[in-house]
Amino acid sequence: MIEAHQLTKRYGEKTAVDRLDFVVRPGAVTGFLGPNGAGKSTTMRMIVGLDAPSGGSVTVNGRAYARHTAPLREVGALLEAKSIHPGRSAFDHLMAQAHTHGIPRRRVEEVIGLTGLQSVAGKRAGAFSLGMGQRLGIAAALLGDPATVMLDEPVNGLDPEGVLWIRNLLTGLAADGRTVFVSSHLMSEMALVADHLIVVGRGRLLADTTVRELVERAGGDTVTVSSDETARLREVLAGPGVEVTGAAGSEELHVSGLSSQEIGLRAAEHGIPLYELRSRTVSLEQAFMDLTRDAVEYHATTDVETPGRAA
Amino acid sequence: MSTVTVGDSPASAPTPLVRPAYKVTGLRVLRSEWAKMWSLRSTWITLGLSLLFLVAFGAIAAADYRSDLGSGRPLEAAEASATALGLSVFGTNFAQLAIGVLGVLATAGEYSTGMIRSTLAAVPRRLPVLWSKAAVFGLVALALSTVGVVVAFLVVGGIVSATPAALPVSHPGVVRSLLGAGLYLGLVGVIGTALGALLRSVAGGISVLVASLMLVPGLVALLPGSWQDDISPYLPSSAGESMFALTHDATALSPSAGLAVFLGWTVLALAGAAHRLVRSDA
Repeated sequence: MIEAHQLTKRYGEKTAVDRLDFVVRPGAVTGFLGPNGAGKSTTMRMIVGLDAPSGGSVTVNGRAYARHTAPLREVGALLEAKSIHPGRSAFDHLMAQAHTHGIPRRRVEEVIGLTGLQSVAGKRAGAFSLGMGQRLGIAAALLGDPATVMLDEPVNGLDPEGVLWIRNLLTGLAADGRTVFVSSHLMSEMALVADHLIVVGRGRLLADTTVRELVERAGGDTVTVSSDETARLREVLAGPGVEVTGAAGSEELHVSGLSSQEIGLRAAEHGIPLYELRSRTVSLEQAFMDLTRDAVEYHATTDVETPGRAA
Repeated sequence: MSTVTVGDSPASAPTPLVRPAYKVTGLRVLRSEWAKMWSLRSTWITLGLSLLFLVAFGAIAAADYRSDLGSGRPLEAAEASATALGLSVFGTNFAQLAIGVLGVLATAGEYSTGMIRSTLAAVPRRLPVLWSKAAVFGLVALALSTVGVVVAFLVVGGIVSATPAALPVSHPGVVRSLLGAGLYLGLVGVIGTALGALLRSVAGGISVLVASLMLVPGLVALLPGSWQDDISPYLPSSAGESMFALTHDATALSPSAGLAVFLGWTVLALAGAAHRLVRSDA
């Protein structure tokens, strides 16, 4: 569980993180989304105490990260940049980390196996490829068997097999009941694994939502249906969670909350002829772009509250 | 999260996550820093070089002395007053560079590589890392240097035996000087780690180290004589030399005063490093 209250980080004039409020809950994968420079990495650095907040606070499992007796057991973090000495072998790096907490050698070997680093564990980490480096970072993050796993752009530099492996790892960790917090600037990647989304832009919270809600807000998955009996069709389709819109006098209706199959079946049941039945899926990427672009525009022109502030 | 039942039975309600109880302790951080130090090749190379400098330069100085003595030509003033001890600690000047640089690398190297993020994520209280690095490196440097100067003294003693420079180990001040040289180099190692942590830059740390140990004494020599006498003995290099010099002229500090002053410099560097470590974002 990660809780941020009015978390702020300023570097001189520039505000990298601006009064963020959010909660990352256990048992789910929470995506941390935002364009480059949105303040994701800075937020993550504050969570593990590498940077001190200029204002507000962030706690992990109820207290500041540094106040835990076994920090690596609370949060396992993979941070943006390489956090290793290139002259040390992967095994020695993990063992050095393990020593600080009294983590046994057995666990070091376990995470090496888990991340598929067995064959290169004895090699100098400086010679690792980007993907191997990421795996080593993830091994280090898992070392303390942490309740919260926090990964900054974990799929960077991974091959398709590695990306799939990360996805399974994340969902597996969440299924264990752990808190999983993963940043990315790729909405499409997040949509596949994240249950919950925290979207930031220019350091501000834009949305604290689910993938489904985000899609709905961006227009949702709608079905366009045409008929000359729109009035009857509206009655037939009406129901809880169903929204039907359409210009008066038009033959076209836009329906959300029902699939094209359901609409077709109901129309057939009531003998309503349909001229067109077409489903339209909102691209998550597009929804995300709209959300973040708005933020940038608002920020640059006026101080109007960004759309997500209400969330 | 905060309630932990002691001795819970298997029958107790299953918790979603059963995880081992780890804990960070000072001793464990020390252990980690020890492991980190020896898992880098640069440590072995640099410490090997330091040992080589101590023994080899002592031996070369002694051989040079002996050959000059045998040539029958009149000796230079410095050589005429040479002792086996002075020749044995000749390598200290070179060894202090290797040891100081390795000390800088131990801390500043973590910043230049990014390792510091892993280190501080594991030990977010931070200060134990600095104390452990300084202690591990200082003690290793102390042990290695002491062995180095003692070996150098034995080698030099063999070379200059039956010459005016020969000196038995029982001679007053010899043991104190040898231990003083080891202690001096150990503290140079600590100062190196402190400067690395303070400046967070390998180049910066080495520059300040070399400047304070080797360049500043030369600059002070340009000052008017009376100022020199007031300042010079308290410089790190002079105070350090007092720790391992056999004889002390009127202006030099006594061995114990030299140790006190040099310890003062060490503490100052460590305090600066601690301040920066705690106050600044990593």
